[in-house]
Amino acid sequence: MKALGSGLRQFAPALRAEQFGNLLIFAALIIIASALSDAFFTRGNLLNVLRQISITGIIAVGMTFVIITAGIDLSVGSTVGLVTVLAAAAQPLGTLSVILIGLAVGATVGVLNGIGVAYGRIPPFIMTLATLYITRGVAFLYSGGLPQYGITEGFIRLGSGSTLGIPNPAVYFLGFLLLGGVLLRLTVFGRYVFAIGANEEAARLSGVNVELYKVLVYVLSGTLAAVGGLIYTSQLGIGVALAGQGYELNAIAAVAVGGTSFFGGHGSILGTFFGAAIIGIGNNLLNLTRVDPMLQDFVKGLIILGAVLLNRRRA
Amino acid sequence: MRSVDEMMPVVALGQQGDLAVDRHILELQGISKRFPGVVALDALSFGIREGEIHAIVGENGAGKSTLVKILAGDQPVDSGVILFRGMPLRLLSPRDAMDRGINTIHQELHLAPHLSAAENIFLGRFPLTSAHLVDRRRLVSDSRRLLQQLGVDFDVARPVSSLRIAHRQIIEIARALVLQSKVLILDEPSAVLGRHDLQILFGVLRRLKAGGTTILYISHRLEEIFDLADRVTVLRDGSHVGTRDVGELNTDSLVEMMVGRPLAQLFPQRVHEPGELALEVRDLSRRGALQNVSLQVRRKEIVGLVGKVGSGRTEVARAIFGADIIDSGEIRVFGRPVTITSPRDAVRQGIGLVPEDRKGEGLLLKRSVLENVTLANLWRFVRKGLLNLQAEAGAVRDFQEQLAIRTPGLRQLVKYLSGGNQQKVVLAKWLNSRCDILIFDEPTRGIDVRAKVEIYNLMERLVREGKAILMISSEVSEILGMADRIIVMRRGSVAGELSRQEAGASWSTVETLMEDDQTSNEPAR
Repeated sequence: MKALGSGLRQFAPALRAEQFGNLLIFAALIIIASALSDAFFTRGNLLNVLRQISITGIIAVGMTFVIITAGIDLSVGSTVGLVTVLAAAAQPLGTLSVILIGLAVGATVGVLNGIGVAYGRIPPFIMTLATLYITRGVAFLYSGGLPQYGITEGFIRLGSGSTLGIPNPAVYFLGFLLLGGVLLRLTVFGRYVFAIGANEEAARLSGVNVELYKVLVYVLSGTLAAVGGLIYTSQLGIGVALAGQGYELNAIAAVAVGGTSFFGGHGSILGTFFGAAIIGIGNNLLNLTRVDPMLQDFVKGLIILGAVLLNRRRA
Repeated sequence: MRSVDEMMPVVALGQQGDLAVDRHILELQGISKRFPGVVALDALSFGIREGEIHAIVGENGAGKSTLVKILAGDQPVDSGVILFRGMPLRLLSPRDAMDRGINTIHQELHLAPHLSAAENIFLGRFPLTSAHLVDRRRLVSDSRRLLQQLGVDFDVARPVSSLRIAHRQIIEIARALVLQSKVLILDEPSAVLGRHDLQILFGVLRRLKAGGTTILYISHRLEEIFDLADRVTVLRDGSHVGTRDVGELNTDSLVEMMVGRPLAQLFPQRVHEPGELALEVRDLSRRGALQNVSLQVRRKEIVGLVGKVGSGRTEVARAIFGADIIDSGEIRVFGRPVTITSPRDAVRQGIGLVPEDRKGEGLLLKRSVLENVTLANLWRFVRKGLLNLQAEAGAVRDFQEQLAIRTPGLRQLVKYLSGGNQQKVVLAKWLNSRCDILIFDEPTRGIDVRAKVEIYNLMERLVREGKAILMISSEVSEILGMADRIIVMRRGSVAGELSRQEAGASWSTVETLMEDDQTSNEPAR
């Protein structure tokens, strides 16, 4: 705990400088949103936004690690789908078993991705594109394309209840943000992730087991996608093979808006939080102001583009 | 903004020479450039004569690269005037410079690797047929003709990525010819070239000079300047120290101009009794690269490994370090046979590699000094699963002081450090990993004189403290100044071994051993 405290103190100034752009955009968006809609800056609505970005946000935490290694994980959305189907099927085994099975499934997809990328030297985009289809395919085969029912009350409470007035998914999201931040900044694993992304060869020649850590990064991403899938199942009360479609792009967008470099070697979890929040607030605002739903994707694209441009690191 | 008339006349600011005779193609008058916190160039004034090879030397941070950027149109000046053939020259973009016939060959070459040499030479201005298609035949024949003019001959149809670096540089030079270059600026071209390739480049430059092109040659290596240049301008801390005819100078006086004090000796005194056997390699073989290489390095000893490019010297280092997998052979560390199949194994056995390609293999340029220094031994700072950042910063601060790493702070990104300081960061990394055996591959490549001396002193200190060093170098002075024993490689095997005294008495023996009738023609790595 002492190490953690000193760590935070040391990083505070650096973080402030690094997150300046994010803070600016975040604050501006809140001011604009409050001005445009009276309903925006209310406790209920803000918690609602937080709940809405939770699943994407948790997946984006894992995605941040992958992208810092100069990789990408397109399979996370399909993992959500497969996990919802299997989580529904496993309900009779009890909540703990459901969670463990779900996480194991996500980790397995991660292991496959990691082995393909690290040992098979398949470009991450291609490897995870393949597992995107494979994972979704397994979900369809298993469920026959039908919704899976039978989610227990207890399991539903995990994802739809709230703790101390904060919706549970948001609590999980904040927890994984903290965990992800600590993992990235205060552990050997996090340092190696940065090192691999900054210069894989130099990392290897410094004795880093590059292949192993790449696998671990994809396992982390797959596992967090599974967490997203479990929350999804709990919130909806069914398992659907189609669940989570496009989540990979939402997560990637959050990471990009948050300022993590797609060339690798640079990025932050806090940035990803801001990225997810900026996109979430944008979506929320479009709904509150009743912008034509046909226009929403278009505006969302502009928000992403604008945030990335504003957040571009000044050389 | 002052008008041109107010500027002092060209002649008044010239060097001692007779300017009626020595026409200046470029004349710098009071050029200054500031960056936040530093004066990169401080009222620089000197002239470059038409048709000369003019060398610019200075240590890292002297302002050479800023000067290059200004002349290439990459950076505007804060104050001062550049005259081009007596007329004020305002360069707003690299395009401007090119349009005026000022072309710069940067250290990082700007070529399209998958296109052929000919395509690269004419990129953007392909000869066209009447149907407005690319005239491939003329493309090739014109490229050949250009290379002939430059006195070199290689296959212009091959993709650039398969060509050696010297030939890639020549492609950039040929491209400058297509653009009808009047002034050609080369920014440290030798940093990436071996000795043979350097001679190819020099041949090309001499031909260009004979054809009337003015050449501005930026370099660290002093021998080259005496070999190539007509005049030399020395910069130090952004100021102009002097411009001289090369004939008036020798190495000592030039070094003195650069560092601002006489350098009594470049190399430290080195007399040590070698200690116990640290690294022993027996019959190391790797198909196509190494054949039965055996060597020993003791504590308190620096063993020099020499040989031409392709002789296997770097391959020996990579094999010992586990970067390449060997087919057969044995490696012993302090008498113990060890299996090294990855750099990780090597690091665990207490071996560190200071690679030749510092930026590509030695450093995380985008990360901080701190993260670079501790990378090879992060686990020592772990308490209860987390990094103890205070302990880490403390340790790195110690190394920073010990090695005199000049950086504004431990969080500074390594890419902003000078070459010498970057090399010290690599060294600190291995000190932090507490290794006993260090392999240096070209330890002072691209490093200025003052930093070189520092690196030599550090190496001396390391062996005094009991480390064993295997040093690969293509600089004769470095080998003779630092190595206790010299192992000569040729075609993947050990051609001979000499003591420092033997090699010093007759370097030609070493050269004869290195001589390989089958001159290597593979592209440089």
